[in-house]
Amino acid sequence: MYAMNYEDLGTPETEGAPVTLEIDGATVTVPAGTSIMRAAALADTKIPKLCATDSLKAFGSCRLCLVEIEGRKDFPASCTTTVAPGMKVRTQSTQLDKLRRGVMELYLSDYPIERDPTAAEARTELRAMAKAVGVTSTPYDGGQRHSGQPKDESNPYFTFDPDLCIVCSRCVRACDETQGTLALTVQGRGFASKISASQDEPFINSECVSCGACVEACPTAALSEKNFLSIGKPERAVTTTCAYCGVGCSLVAELKDDTVVRMVPDRNGLANSGHACVKGRFAYGYATHPDRITTPMIRKSITDPWREVSWDEAIEYAASEFKRIQAKYGRDSIGGITSSRCTNEETYLVQKLVHAAFGNNNVDTCARVCHSPTGYGLKSTIGESAGTQAFVSVAKADVICIIGANPTEGHPVFGSRLKRRLRAGAKLIIIDPRATELVRTPHITADFHLQLRPGTNVAVLNAMAHVVVSEGLTREQFIAERCDRASYAQWKAFVSDPSNSPEATESVTGVPAETLRAAARAYGKAGNGAIYYGLGVTEHSQGSTAVMGIANLAMATGNYGREGVGVSPLRGQNNVQGSCDMGSFPHEFTAYRHVSDDKVRGEFAADWGVKLESEPGLRIPNMFEAALDGTFKGMYIQGEDLAQSDPNTQHVTAALGSLECMVIQDLFLNETAKFAHVFFPGSSFLEKDGTFTNAERRVSRVRKAIEPIAGLADWEVTVKLSNALGYPMHYKDAGEILDEIARLTPTFKGISFKKIDELGSVQWPCNDEAPDGTPTMHVNRFVRGEGRFLVTEYVATSERVNSKFPLLLTTGRILSQYNVGAQTRRTDNVVWHSEDRLEIHPHDAETRGIRDGDWVGIASRAGDTVLRATVTDRVQPGVVYTTFHFPESGANVVTTDNSDWATNCPEYKVTAVQVTRVQHPSDWQVRYREFSKRTTRRERVPAGTPSS
Amino acid sequence: MHIEYLVKMANDIAAFFHAQSGPDAPREIAGHIRRFWDPRMRRQIIDHGAAGGEGLVPEAKQAIALLAKPAA
Repeated sequence: MYAMNYEDLGTPETEGAPVTLEIDGATVTVPAGTSIMRAAALADTKIPKLCATDSLKAFGSCRLCLVEIEGRKDFPASCTTTVAPGMKVRTQSTQLDKLRRGVMELYLSDYPIERDPTAAEARTELRAMAKAVGVTSTPYDGGQRHSGQPKDESNPYFTFDPDLCIVCSRCVRACDETQGTLALTVQGRGFASKISASQDEPFINSECVSCGACVEACPTAALSEKNFLSIGKPERAVTTTCAYCGVGCSLVAELKDDTVVRMVPDRNGLANSGHACVKGRFAYGYATHPDRITTPMIRKSITDPWREVSWDEAIEYAASEFKRIQAKYGRDSIGGITSSRCTNEETYLVQKLVHAAFGNNNVDTCARVCHSPTGYGLKSTIGESAGTQAFVSVAKADVICIIGANPTEGHPVFGSRLKRRLRAGAKLIIIDPRATELVRTPHITADFHLQLRPGTNVAVLNAMAHVVVSEGLTREQFIAERCDRASYAQWKAFVSDPSNSPEATESVTGVPAETLRAAARAYGKAGNGAIYYGLGVTEHSQGSTAVMGIANLAMATGNYGREGVGVSPLRGQNNVQGSCDMGSFPHEFTAYRHVSDDKVRGEFAADWGVKLESEPGLRIPNMFEAALDGTFKGMYIQGEDLAQSDPNTQHVTAALGSLECMVIQDLFLNETAKFAHVFFPGSSFLEKDGTFTNAERRVSRVRKAIEPIAGLADWEVTVKLSNALGYPMHYKDAGEILDEIARLTPTFKGISFKKIDELGSVQWPCNDEAPDGTPTMHVNRFVRGEGRFLVTEYVATSERVNSKFPLLLTTGRILSQYNVGAQTRRTDNVVWHSEDRLEIHPHDAETRGIRDGDWVGIASRAGDTVLRATVTDRVQPGVVYTTFHFPESGANVVTTDNSDWATNCPEYKVTAVQVTRVQHPSDWQVRYREFSKRTTRRERVPAGTPSS
Repeated sequence: MHIEYLVKMANDIAAFFHAQSGPDAPREIAGHIRRFWDPRMRRQIIDHGAAGGEGLVPEAKQAIALLAKPAA
């Protein structure tokens, strides 16, 4: 069922010339192509309906929405009949009433209308429509019914009760049209018709990806959230923004008291258009998981047990330790980390605290290890460290190129948009070492899968550029008008060199030259060519170079400045874009302005009332190095888990273990907290106000649904810490922080809570020139003025295979888990993925005597770990793959310190390894378990002891 | 910090600017390091350069020499 208070208009919005008609005597003007049902709804006339909903194409099966049209025979369905000029429609008449009652009585003949409804059933459209047409029972009692069928309770989040199903097909259509998985069907004919998941399997065993679109579409509660059944009817609703991936779906949290009953995607949400995935819609239970730490804690040594203390004591202790360390080791001996899982306002405050209260520039953010090359590469070429498009833009793309990204798993709601466009005929190029879902899925086959060797993105991009240039596919007029001529000439000469041809690079990349040529031609000749990329581009020693290569390719082919084109980084976490925008990097203030810029620094110094440093600070990996050499001694980490997410775990933990004071602010005692001395309980996205900025630069509101469980929102904790350090911060709410951001940040100048509330969300830049935001960037000119081509010579990574480490390991994500898994591991999503597995090709498995499910040791130059194997041809011979969602897997024990030349973004995607069948966990795993036990102990607090 | 760590970073930067900037590469490399490296890292690589710059590729070595001079 829809979200509370949502007024469904029956059929989707259309675009067209205005058409004026008359409905029940009232004049209505709507776009051509609009259904009569929608036109009536827009005029506040509700036509009864069952099979129609405005997220799905009209179907015309239920016959409840019949109307009369002057001059036409019969009673057409208002959902499938479109408006016409001068049309006169009647939605109410004695005959219509009779027809509708007859239809409803037939529906109820096979529906248990007589039984006491559950909370979910009571709110269904079926009951509402029965009431609307005046039917409370059926005259067909005693007829055959589909009653007594077993419920399908296999999915952890929803149930399917066939007794309540009227086979209206809304669930099937939602799976097809909204999600694009095609997991459901109507099986059988006539009275034997029934809804079936895959080949009549339980939902959990079917192809269903548990997005919940079918549950929302169901008008009878046959498909219903289990929470709705167990908790009861929600009483209030709060519209907020999902805290998972960079799509940033708008969600409506429906609550009973302070308990979330269900999460429903907001159909007015501009990022997600009413869709969500298994994480956003269902996996919010971590927010109230018993593992949540809700009381501040401190300890002198990481081997001491944690001691619960008051907020005041924890804050004072942290501040005194930071002051002590700075007095002993110098002002630059401490730093802070902001989080892409926290709001813009929170990340802004942490970087402000570092700049102003710590008095240095040692601030960095987790984007260091994911999309920092995007910032550098796009800024250097087109002038802005952000994607160029809105998500809806993909609907106008003719050729879509996906590089190093797996949208149907990592960005599922955008993945569904992609599928819609691809099924409508857009061509698809996938550049990925692995066969992701979009390579071949029902009704979609990638036109080109360039299955390159890990680490050779730049060579592939150069070869594509070589084809574009040498075959005359460049858009010379666009380049002449929009780009720097000298840089173009230099780049053109570079990529034209035969050494960059597909034939010359084939032996390096592993991509057949013919295939690459064909793909490059498809992109070069596209009317609209759009590139989407992910961490498979950035997390390399040449991550920044590859981003530049992508930007070059799009410039050369004129693919900027309109819908359907562009360069779009898909951000892993919900607020990666925002945390970068907010000045979280050690060389920048907000909006990517360097700390050495006297004017900018002067503005911040004046506003903050403090002198600011003009030199760059330490990046995260530099902090680790400095910690190991004894010059870096203290860290404030908000919402990040460096010990699990960063590469070469043993190196990271050695650095963290050498700190004299680590303050961590998080929901859980995560891996990093094992090295911490102060723990500040964090607040989940449900417990605070603020904003997130998604991958399309869309700033959306996070709205508090419940009070912070630990008493303080995250931004309030930073304020208290800053005050204790002697740099006072005073904000009455998060809105005031955003106002300060807007005051100091040109691209955010027009953004406020009020503006977002008015528009729903807003894409930066939002300022005097673009008061309602900027969906498409670089429209008439590039942000930097002229687009700059950069020479992108391929330099092979120093991480090479040899006889000792003959395979290349690459890492990634899966649909049901998120990042380090701290949230999703604490939900029923573990039903789908309860451990990290190593994917290995059958040939590589066979030569090693490895069978599916065997325990295998993975050894690299950095370390070794043990996982179970999945034997699959999704990976090519010579390549193995794993995820990093479970700490005990130790995936990052294996990854190395290699990093991007420009930004130090780690090279997670290329690690030379050997894989062998083993019987025991690795030494690291044994040590990890022992260490975890020692460092997570908490002092028992006697019963009755007051805590503040 | 381990000097090998800084030397590798400097050489990786040099590899990019070698192709992009030709004879101007040392100046670009120095500019990049000045823009993104914390002062303690810069001091350390400058000291290493002054001591012969073992492990540094020629363009990185020239860049470190430029880095030792005050920014223009």
